[in-house]
Amino acid sequence: MTEQLIDVLSWVLLTAGGFFVLVGGVGALRLPNFYTRMHAASVTDTMATFLILGGVMLQAGLSLATIKLIAILVFLLLTGPTASYALANAALLSGMKPDVCATKKSKEQAE
Amino acid sequence: MQAKSSAQTAKALAIVAWLVLLVMVWLLLSGLFKPLLIGLGLFSCVITVYVVNRTGFFDQPSLLNAMPRMPKYMAYLFVDIVKSSIDVTRIVLNPKLPISPTEIEMDAAPQGHVGQAILGNSITLSPGTVTIDVHQGKLRVHCLTQAGADELLNSKINQRTAELTEK
Repeated sequence: MTEQLIDVLSWVLLTAGGFFVLVGGVGALRLPNFYTRMHAASVTDTMATFLILGGVMLQAGLSLATIKLIAILVFLLLTGPTASYALANAALLSGMKPDVCATKKSKEQAE
Repeated sequence: MQAKSSAQTAKALAIVAWLVLLVMVWLLLSGLFKPLLIGLGLFSCVITVYVVNRTGFFDQPSLLNAMPRMPKYMAYLFVDIVKSSIDVTRIVLNPKLPISPTEIEMDAAPQGHVGQAILGNSITLSPGTVTIDVHQGKLRVHCLTQAGADELLNSKINQRTAELTEK
């Protein structure tokens, strides 16, 4: 009974993870330019990673494999934003202007 | 003289703590307990700590002090990520595609390099906001919508990161 429950839960997580990967792909195609496309990619980077690795962890159960999956999760969450920053900063330095409707400053600076 | 020796003690403690941490990670990931493999693991851990020491990592205030406060920060960040993921998903799947790209410039509350790196990465990690530049304590952040930009400016993530690394 509990085994079945865990199986169902893990498949729910895996399916939801697949959905967010799809959303990331759709977003990368629909959004108009480089900087906005990065936002769509970060949905795949974070939410989909949580859900898919969570689902796989439930399949693996309490074993060494789960600890390794947690390690994979931690490394993905550390390297993902670093890679995004490298990409965005390289684009900025090579002169690609972000298209913005508005520029805002934090409160302390505005005063 | 007293201050110098206590700083050295702190450094030695940090080195030993990292060594123990690395050995534990090695054992967990390998799962093999043959003397040869444990010896090789120990050897690579010592080399890692030696190389990292030469980069000056242990001369800064240690990140190990922030470890007890880490779970609370991670839980806060996780909730933030889930919320903004759903927001971005809604925008992407909306036929009208209601985006209003906004750029914000904000002062980083954490003073140290490590704190600013954690802040920048945390902002990038939540969908809808990407840090595009960090320069002299100022962050340039690109946001997908104006509402997202306002949310980031009003959120407590800046203070929370400062509390995490510098308390």
